[in-house]
Amino acid sequence: MTDSKYFTTTKKGEIFELKNELNSDKKEKKKEAVKKVIASMTVGKDVSALFPDVVNCMQTDNVELKKLVYLYLMNYAKSQPDLAIMAVNTFVKDCEDPNPLIRALAVRTMGCIRVEKITEYLCDPLRRCMKDEDPYVRKTAAVCVAKLHDMNPALVKEQGFVELLNDLLSDANPMVVANAVAALTEMNEQQTVIEVNSQMVNKLLTALNECTEWGQVFILDALAGYTPRDERETQNICERISPRLAHANAAVVLSTVKVLMKLIDMMPADSDFITQLTKKLAPPMVTLLSAEPEIQYVALRNINLIVQKRPDILKQEMKVFFVKYNDPIYVKMEKLDIMIRLAQQNNIAQVLSELKEYATEVDVDFVRKSVRAIGRCAIKVEASSERCVQTLLELIQTKVNYVVQEAVVVIKDIFRKYPNRYESIISALCENLDTLDEPEARASMIWIIGEYAERIDNADELLESFVEGFHDENTQVQLQLLTAVVKLFLKRPGVAQALVQRVLSLATQDSDNPDLRDRGFIYWRLLSADPAAAKNVVLTEKPLISEETDLLEPSLLEQLVCHIGTLASVYHKPPSAFIDPAKAPLRQINPIPAAKFGSSLLDTSSTPNAARNGSAAAPTVIPSQDQVIADLLSLDLNAPAASANTGAFGGAMSGTTSMGGLDDLLGLGGDPMPAAPTNSASYNPFDGLGGLGGAAPAAPPSQQPASIGGLAEIFGSGGFGGSSGITYPKELWLDASKAMGMQVEGTFVRRGGKIFMEMTITNRAMQAISGFALQFNKNSFGLIPVEQVNPAPILPNQSQNYTIACDTTGAVQVTTPLTNLQVAIKNDINAFYFATTVPLLAYFREDGQMEKREFLEEWKSIPEQNEQQFTLQNTHNMNADAICTKLQQNNIHTVARRQVDNQQLLYHSVKYTNNLNVLSELKVNSQTTSITLSLKSKNLMAIANINEVFQALLN
Amino acid sequence: MATSAMFILDLKGKTIISRNYRGDIDMTAIDKFIHLLMEKEEEGSAAPVLTYQDTNFVFIKHTNIYLVSACRSNVNVTMILSFLYKCVEVFSEYFKDVEEESVRDNFVVIYELLDEMMDFGFPQTTESRILQEYITQEGQKLISAPRPPMAVTNAVSWRSEGIKYRKNEVFLDVIESVNMLASANGTVLQSEIVGSVKMRVYLTGMPELRLGLNDKVLFEGSGRGKSKSVELEDVKFHQCVRLSRFDTDRTISFIPPDGAFELMSYRLTTVVKPLIWIETSIERHSHSRVSFIIKAKSQFKRRSTANNVEIIIPVPSDADSPKFKTSIGSVKYTPEQSAFVWTIKNFPGGKEYLLTAHLSLPSVMSEESEGRPPIKVKFEIPYFTTSGIQVRYLKIIEKSGYQALPWVRYITQNGEYEMRMK
Repeated sequence: MTDSKYFTTTKKGEIFELKNELNSDKKEKKKEAVKKVIASMTVGKDVSALFPDVVNCMQTDNVELKKLVYLYLMNYAKSQPDLAIMAVNTFVKDCEDPNPLIRALAVRTMGCIRVEKITEYLCDPLRRCMKDEDPYVRKTAAVCVAKLHDMNPALVKEQGFVELLNDLLSDANPMVVANAVAALTEMNEQQTVIEVNSQMVNKLLTALNECTEWGQVFILDALAGYTPRDERETQNICERISPRLAHANAAVVLSTVKVLMKLIDMMPADSDFITQLTKKLAPPMVTLLSAEPEIQYVALRNINLIVQKRPDILKQEMKVFFVKYNDPIYVKMEKLDIMIRLAQQNNIAQVLSELKEYATEVDVDFVRKSVRAIGRCAIKVEASSERCVQTLLELIQTKVNYVVQEAVVVIKDIFRKYPNRYESIISALCENLDTLDEPEARASMIWIIGEYAERIDNADELLESFVEGFHDENTQVQLQLLTAVVKLFLKRPGVAQALVQRVLSLATQDSDNPDLRDRGFIYWRLLSADPAAAKNVVLTEKPLISEETDLLEPSLLEQLVCHIGTLASVYHKPPSAFIDPAKAPLRQINPIPAAKFGSSLLDTSSTPNAARNGSAAAPTVIPSQDQVIADLLSLDLNAPAASANTGAFGGAMSGTTSMGGLDDLLGLGGDPMPAAPTNSASYNPFDGLGGLGGAAPAAPPSQQPASIGGLAEIFGSGGFGGSSGITYPKELWLDASKAMGMQVEGTFVRRGGKIFMEMTITNRAMQAISGFALQFNKNSFGLIPVEQVNPAPILPNQSQNYTIACDTTGAVQVTTPLTNLQVAIKNDINAFYFATTVPLLAYFREDGQMEKREFLEEWKSIPEQNEQQFTLQNTHNMNADAICTKLQQNNIHTVARRQVDNQQLLYHSVKYTNNLNVLSELKVNSQTTSITLSLKSKNLMAIANINEVFQALLN
Repeated sequence: MATSAMFILDLKGKTIISRNYRGDIDMTAIDKFIHLLMEKEEEGSAAPVLTYQDTNFVFIKHTNIYLVSACRSNVNVTMILSFLYKCVEVFSEYFKDVEEESVRDNFVVIYELLDEMMDFGFPQTTESRILQEYITQEGQKLISAPRPPMAVTNAVSWRSEGIKYRKNEVFLDVIESVNMLASANGTVLQSEIVGSVKMRVYLTGMPELRLGLNDKVLFEGSGRGKSKSVELEDVKFHQCVRLSRFDTDRTISFIPPDGAFELMSYRLTTVVKPLIWIETSIERHSHSRVSFIIKAKSQFKRRSTANNVEIIIPVPSDADSPKFKTSIGSVKYTPEQSAFVWTIKNFPGGKEYLLTAHLSLPSVMSEESEGRPPIKVKFEIPYFTTSGIQVRYLKIIEKSGYQALPWVRYITQNGEYEMRMK
């Protein structure tokens, strides 16, 4: 008789019947009844009413029955917390059972009962079990600590379980070690309970050889979070884990890859060791492609990251990514992505013939992607573009509807990449005009017509046919059509006079879409005010589109490589993007780029028109003006407080805006209070334009008390600075358009031995924002804010300056470059993330002055390979005295000077906040303007970028 | 970091078994699973990982059930997927076919196993042979209740002490699967050999085994570079093999599990002549008929023979009235897979055979476009490895000092052996 019979009772009064059976005297009947209860529970019936009766069965000498009762308890204890207490005694008793299986079962189950009251009773038995003579019990107890921590972290600390767990890391039994490390890693994810140190790492590496495959995964994942002290340790870890690449379990392999990828970055790139190591990585990854399809998928998603990070590793392996007929579609799609990434001149012929093959398959999505891939090959490998275009044309001849549409979309991109090369095929494209029914394809075709209006004789007729059904088109198509008609008009005014008027009125008067209306108005205004300027704007030369598309933003990629094998690596999103923040505290949240770099480039390419170009170009223009403004201000003030209005009014207008602002500013250069007019100045130009859009966010200049207050603060703090050390101007950290109207600018300064974050928040939203809070991700120097941002609200169109004291007592995680800092800033609407760099200078300690002897000893003790040389330009021809003064002001301390022939040798020391020293030698030659700089440090990483600091100070 | 809950669902998405490991997810979220999956499949973006609000589902499908792991942190997906596959393996050791009915029939033991194999979402013991020592299907009395076998937590977690055999024997099977992909015009696009060394071990006590292969790296290291050796591109070992030892001196040393297991697998990409080559010429007369001329060539040594050769030729799904003519083997039309299968029981090396086939096509063309499945070939060639790999020795040392006999067999078979059609 099988278990399925337990599922079959469907009579009425079932619960009642079960109750009777559970209380039966006959053991067999009892057991049967419990099985029925579990069966009901399994299919989702509520059998919680039987709680007391089931718990009564707990005291049994039958292991199977006990397990079933325990299972029931775990499921329902939460709903019946008071009754669950009834079971505690049995648990405690079972924890002392002579049979280790029972002891472990009890402690395992008890930990799973998430009832607050029970946890109190859990502590004693758990402590005993952690020291049990049987490893089976100890390994179960180790996991139980993580369970307890999940419910009550404070209790775990209070009761000293962290220490006990730490002791288990030295256990003689590998499985106990593995579970202890799994528990610790898990707890560390919530909050750091124990730092992984090199001693611990050694224990783990020893246990690695002996524990089960899963234990190996736990250990490797724990190692992934550890940063070795020096190169030797790094190399040692690599050597000891790399044999794991030959493990049959895919999880062991990928976790090994993860640790190796991280460690490789920490060693000098050109060493033989690295070359050998990276060679070892490719074969295991290729082998993963013979695993089960689901695992293949995960492997491919990860390979996608690895190929972006280190293209060399798999560049020879193109063929293994060829798609097989029976691959599941998700595997096919991923393989295609990787094929494009690996496509190069030497393999392009093969890739193309494969892609062409795929383009004739049946799965529509796969076919589309294959067609797109051909286009991407054309853009990536210039030498192949001819063949790609030829292939696309052949595909267009097939007249398969979706193939043609995809082909049109990619051909548009090819035109953008290679202007004036393949226009001969336009006529072939025009033949298929009628078959295009997807917005993207229509939009692309219209773009092509507009862009080459002068070469297409009947461009006006073609566009006119589209204009007929203007209102039925998708917005994307409408926008494109508007731009194309304007282009046509500018190129051939004669034929399109009527058309352009019609389109402009359609866009501005009959449309509900604000984007379309705004664009229409801008064109209209431009055309009527200054047709020459319109020509310059609309027909401007477009930036070339990038070769690689869909590349992950570098800092995200960096982060994802650290998460190889995990969900994040499959989603290509940082963990914070899909994990409930309630579970993962803010400090774990890492930056999410507001837009992927690659795709934003693609965006501009898919809607390449004047207004878009204008706004795309704007950010590059405006920050530089910001800097000019900031520089101007910093003549008088240490901390600049400029908040030029950027991007609030898209496109060309914002350009004029800040130009106006700048003029005013220049005029005010000598003004003793330059910042106050800045605000009004940046609004002034809007007055003239206000009537145009009707929505200019013109705030009366009188509404500026907040920022004036902020200024006072700056003057105050400026006074403390005292030294004339370099202060970096504020830069734009978070653009209003990416943070729902909150714009953040800021910089870091060091004053009086402390690091301050100077920040300006500007509210560009329509409503007041408030409730600010700030957090830094782990960084190289452990920088954390020690005060919070004043959460008081900022009214629309106002700014507030903040000076936030920071110190370096936070968690440390080495970033590249060292100065990287990822910041999360929250307001009452949402949380936002950005990455910035902290000027290295901010980390130089005032007390870094070294004794001459000390300096000499350290200089000698540092090996040759830790020395780097740079050549600096002494553009102002500063003499040695001036250089020393300048450096001293910035905490680069002069240790000694010496004259050799006509060369001055200057020795300096720098001490970071983490007490690392960097020693420098400057060779200043009065005859030339170049200075030789040698830097030495025990830790090679510490040298990075210091040369730039020197150069900046010399300028 | 770990799985929050495990589910076994039937094809309609109804829960058969559920086990909540961490109590941090909404257990009713699983009801959305099947809709989510179907939605994604329709979009063409189905992947083995799905998201519903803040729950992530990682799953595999086996026969007519889904094994789903639900989790809400940044879990190690690879580990979870491997674990799910391991579950299927263990279940099948317990009750052979793992499918809806058998899962229902064995739910008690499955709960027990899930309890033992995973704790708080961390995979624990997954060696079915060890599990079988203390999780059995018969209810036991506590007095005689089993204790956890030493092996559960031992460094040798895959073998128990005290195993006894009257006759000590080891069987070694070296099986090579040839994966090949050829384009329609006859160029070999990709060809690789995936080999596997499978063992059946019937040995007493805790034997220490050492396997010697004609591994090129080893041979060159020991100065025997001239003897015939094989360069393995990648090797994967069962967890019993001491990986660090292999890494230092290429020695494959291990204490084997009891019974059958896969000791190692290896992969090499070599340009070998396709063992069986198929040339086709097709004449399509749309609306009326299609005719095939198939030439099969065996391109391996004359001394070897391929057994049970099956050549599967896809045909349009609406074809009918097949007529075949061949000098050897038998041909069967299998409309359910839109193909005909040419079976040749014995196909000696260096031979060539012909088949002609005629099928009628309906006069009305079907609306749906069809894919172009490739030709597939299945075969087995005994006493032969394509790579040339050889077992040089298998040393068995046990403290009682018994003599044990190793038996070695070689076989080459098809892997994914596909040739695209024009």
